[in-house]
Amino acid sequence: MLGRLSFADIPLDVPILVGTFLGVAVMGIAVLGLVTYYGKWGYLWKEWLTSVDHKRLAVMYVVVALLALVRGFADAIMMRTQLALAYAGNPGYLPPHHYDQIFSAHGTIMIFFMAMAFMTALFNFVVPLQIGARDVAFPFLNNLSFWMTAVAFALVNVSLFIGEFSQCGWLAYPPLSETQFSPGVGVDYYIWAIQISGVGTLLTGVNFFVTIVKMRAPGMTWMKMPVFTWTAFCSSVLIMVSFPVLTVAVALLGLDRYFGMHFFTNDGGGNQMLYLNMIWAWGHPEVYILVIPAFGVFSEVVPAFSRKPLFGYATMVYATCAIMVLSFVVWVHHFFTMGAGADVNAFFGIATMIISIPTGVKLFNWLFTMYKGRVEFHATMYWAIGFMITFTIGGMTGVMMAIPAADFVLHNSLFLIAHFHNVIIGGVYFGYICGMNFWFPKVFGFKLNEAWGKRAFWCWFVGFYFAFVPLYVLGFEGMTRRLNHYDNAQWHPWLLIAEVGAVMIMFGIVCQVTQLYVSVRDMKLAENRDETGDPWNARSLEWSTSSPPPPYNFAIVPHVHELDAFMHDKENGIDTRQAGGPYQPIHMPKNTVAGFFVGAFSFVLGFAAIWYIWWLAVIALVGIFATVIARSANQDVDYYIPAEEVARIENEHTRKLMAQAAE
Amino acid sequence: MRNKYLKGTARLAGLASVLPLAGCDWDVLDPKGPVGDQLKHLIVESTIAMLIVVVPTIIMVCYFAWKYRASNTEAEYLPKWSHSNKIEVAIWGIPTLIIIFLAVITYQTCHSLDPYRPLDAEATTKPLEVEVVALDWKWLFIYPNEGIATVNQLAIPVNTPVHFVITSDAVMNSFFIPRLGSMIYAMAGMQTQLHLMATEAGDYLGESANYSGRGFSDMKFRTLAMPQDQYAAWVEKVRSSSDQLDDQTYPRLAAPSEAEPVKYYAHVEPNLFDEIVAKYNNGMVMDKSTGKMIHVQSAMSDMNMKE
Amino acid sequence: MAHDTTLSDAHAEHEHHELPTVFGFWVYLMTDCIIFGSLFAVFAVLRNQFAGGPTGKELFELSGLALETALLLVSSITYGFGMIAAHKGEIKSVQMWLGVTFLLGLGFVFLELKEFSHMIAEGAGPDRSAFLSAFFTLVSTHGLHVSCGLVWIIVMIVQLSGVTAINERTMNKLTMLSLFWHFLDIVWICVFTYVYLASMI
Repeated sequence: MLGRLSFADIPLDVPILVGTFLGVAVMGIAVLGLVTYYGKWGYLWKEWLTSVDHKRLAVMYVVVALLALVRGFADAIMMRTQLALAYAGNPGYLPPHHYDQIFSAHGTIMIFFMAMAFMTALFNFVVPLQIGARDVAFPFLNNLSFWMTAVAFALVNVSLFIGEFSQCGWLAYPPLSETQFSPGVGVDYYIWAIQISGVGTLLTGVNFFVTIVKMRAPGMTWMKMPVFTWTAFCSSVLIMVSFPVLTVAVALLGLDRYFGMHFFTNDGGGNQMLYLNMIWAWGHPEVYILVIPAFGVFSEVVPAFSRKPLFGYATMVYATCAIMVLSFVVWVHHFFTMGAGADVNAFFGIATMIISIPTGVKLFNWLFTMYKGRVEFHATMYWAIGFMITFTIGGMTGVMMAIPAADFVLHNSLFLIAHFHNVIIGGVYFGYICGMNFWFPKVFGFKLNEAWGKRAFWCWFVGFYFAFVPLYVLGFEGMTRRLNHYDNAQWHPWLLIAEVGAVMIMFGIVCQVTQLYVSVRDMKLAENRDETGDPWNARSLEWSTSSPPPPYNFAIVPHVHELDAFMHDKENGIDTRQAGGPYQPIHMPKNTVAGFFVGAFSFVLGFAAIWYIWWLAVIALVGIFATVIARSANQDVDYYIPAEEVARIENEHTRKLMAQAAE
Repeated sequence: MRNKYLKGTARLAGLASVLPLAGCDWDVLDPKGPVGDQLKHLIVESTIAMLIVVVPTIIMVCYFAWKYRASNTEAEYLPKWSHSNKIEVAIWGIPTLIIIFLAVITYQTCHSLDPYRPLDAEATTKPLEVEVVALDWKWLFIYPNEGIATVNQLAIPVNTPVHFVITSDAVMNSFFIPRLGSMIYAMAGMQTQLHLMATEAGDYLGESANYSGRGFSDMKFRTLAMPQDQYAAWVEKVRSSSDQLDDQTYPRLAAPSEAEPVKYYAHVEPNLFDEIVAKYNNGMVMDKSTGKMIHVQSAMSDMNMKE
Repeated sequence: MAHDTTLSDAHAEHEHHELPTVFGFWVYLMTDCIIFGSLFAVFAVLRNQFAGGPTGKELFELSGLALETALLLVSSITYGFGMIAAHKGEIKSVQMWLGVTFLLGLGFVFLELKEFSHMIAEGAGPDRSAFLSAFFTLVSTHGLHVSCGLVWIIVMIVQLSGVTAINERTMNKLTMLSLFWHFLDIVWICVFTYVYLASMI
């Protein structure tokens, strides 16, 4: 009846997990209780969970991303603490069975559910507003994508309390991840989480590709598109080309496990290197999927806070596109040590280095954007400057590892760990947090607290160096990744310093949570309000709307004359909003429950398949099909906002603008 | 637990002053053989080449941000300036030049440091042949010409090149001796090769650089580089062991085990290595001299692979 | 000028709302194409890994395949007739042609399943060798797509009954299904030549 699930699979013997479960349960009950107490269930369901509004979905994505950040960081600091302790005969407090799950979960969660969710949040919020659209091309699919991501993240967390997670690292290399060596449910949790969230991400890629190609405001030619939208476009292309490969690679691993096939097994003619090639044919573009939008954020933030246009817009666009194309011809640099020939290695090594040229150019572009500007040291700008310094170092260590011969001693060492955290924290994370500080007032109508933002930055920035410079050194000392314990006296002091760094980063996260709390507490204060919709005197179209923007974004779709459309209009006295109308009724998509139900059924399908509960899997599959068919039969999917309502909303904002101007 | 942690932190303060000096003792940057030496030079040279751009860039970031801060109204302000051909040429040109330089040394070192390429010393000195098998979770070293085998201990004579042929009878691992140089993957059914040499006697760490499961952290071995006469004595010591490695004892060794102690085998069945490779290839193995697939005859090839 | 803009916007908005659907589906099909491309690449890598088991030459029979191919190709043509009828607004005719397409597709899936069960009964199932794993996965991924197409056809037939005119949304769905169905045809031609014919030579 329950497949291979039994009571023994609930790890009541692991105190850390029981404690975590109780903590999650108490907090969960508290949240549910509060929602019930304030009678907000209907509001939550109607206005948020079923919403197809890209702005609301963005907020929900950020919630998922921040939860994933907390979970992923908890994993990280547990690993650091284990390695600070487990020295010279001390086994530490995490046995390999537990520790191996933690590092696998850390990587999986941070990439798929923290970084990807945060990136999608930024796409969702910013892209339609920047291109002057009223929503994305497929609002329902957008909602569906969100639920696929959310339930996949839920599935990973369920593995904490029912069964176990994968112990094969975040990419689950076979043959270790094959049934022969990993017979438990851990890898199956991994497979289903990746596949479900992969569907969501692929749909996101298609959605934003079509949105950007088809729905730009009149006059916005390709070379008048804001850089963030360009980066979202390139990232979407990369998603569309690379995620299907991930889907296939992980599906084949699943077929090996579920049906005894021989794609990547040791025996039967399987080929493990085939998996490595496929997973990295996705994996390398994936890191650019994440970092290119971060570059986009900096390209919006640095001009806004330097009071100058971006230096070298065209170069920036070409560099982004070059990175997009080149990212597909470098994947072998993840396994130079497999024994391929010298020429193969040289090709992929040099291709990798070439990427550093357009990347370097971007950095210089931001640098010369500050040059002869008026740089405001806002918390948002701190993250940008911190990024420029940190990412430069990460880029350098990346090129070092791109030299195949050098990689022969650095591969899989802590040097590698230091390198990719250097670019992912210093590039991706700093970028997304920078973007959050920048666009927050647009989303909610009030600014984030400055002081706590700066404190968070300093903790992260200094903490990063404390946590990862020792790892560079440890790489040179021959320490490989994923060790659970060691007896090398030379390594110990460095791992203690890294632990100190991890604690600093923890304070950084505490500061960020405090920043959110303080900002919400003080949201009514006049100096925190954003009444104009343009708190930073910024350049692109999203700042021409009110904060938060109305459901339809633009009452009258703006006309774009120049790059930096809104700045151009401001300087030339053009009213981008065309306040006063005449307004027309606006066609809008209706909220839908279908996305939620497809997500919920997918969760059940994944869970049932993980535990071999086949009857339940069949029910869930039928449920998915039934929901989709019902949705396709539903004719009641849209509505019109009447012109009078539009006029009322717009006139109110105009009044606020007038009042602000009068002050 | 907390107490220990505090003590550790206290020790840090004292150590911090010594740490810069420890730099000369970092395994990869203090190699004990020619391969490692060349790699060290490669790493140092390429780093210096990149620092030519990296250091000025970081200085410029800080300097520009400070100089053009909003409160400094003395500084020049060009609110419309966003293009300069001169700067464009420089920012594309300088990185390109450095990457061309790096590409050249990359191409050269890919060939000169190809793990499959025999060392220069092999022209004059016949290399020691060692066959390496990664098992769950230990390393098996077979000396085919000596007819002996060891577990988790690799002895090599100083100043003699060593030719490793590497495979796995479990999951993927990576064979790595940081003090000597390059690593390479060990994969079931496949053979990879590596040429290394120690120029200084010593006891060096050997490890797996690719995570392989539960017992991974203890999957390490000592590399004993010793003068020729001591090496000969070591071979005799192994030969005096009472253990043998054959079709009966091998499966017991290959069964998963953690933190395996050093073991010596006085005799090893000829062809054992080929049989381990062949059992994943329908009894076929690649002949190293001709590159052709040949059939290995043995009881092993019928062995159940999923033991 | 403002007035002008509004009018052209209203028009543009109308286009925005309907056009991206088919374009978006086309883009999605391209990602599906990459899935098939990856599976073809996997097949190329593993096509000679027989692990002592049977080879394609020993397993494949051309006669059944020719029939399968014929069924699928003809079903593309009948779907085409259905689209012509749809453009004319002849709902009954559309349903009839969709029905014919459905039967042809069903025949294809039936023959494929028969071939599979025959192979599995002979001990040449997907767990026999890497070659067979790759073969079954590639071919049945296509078969699964065809089966989804069959469900979609039924849904369309049902949705068309009881309507008096084909609205834009339904037309879009028919167009997308058409793209999907022809796409599967093209994939099958690649499967037929690259998997079957090339293995038999």
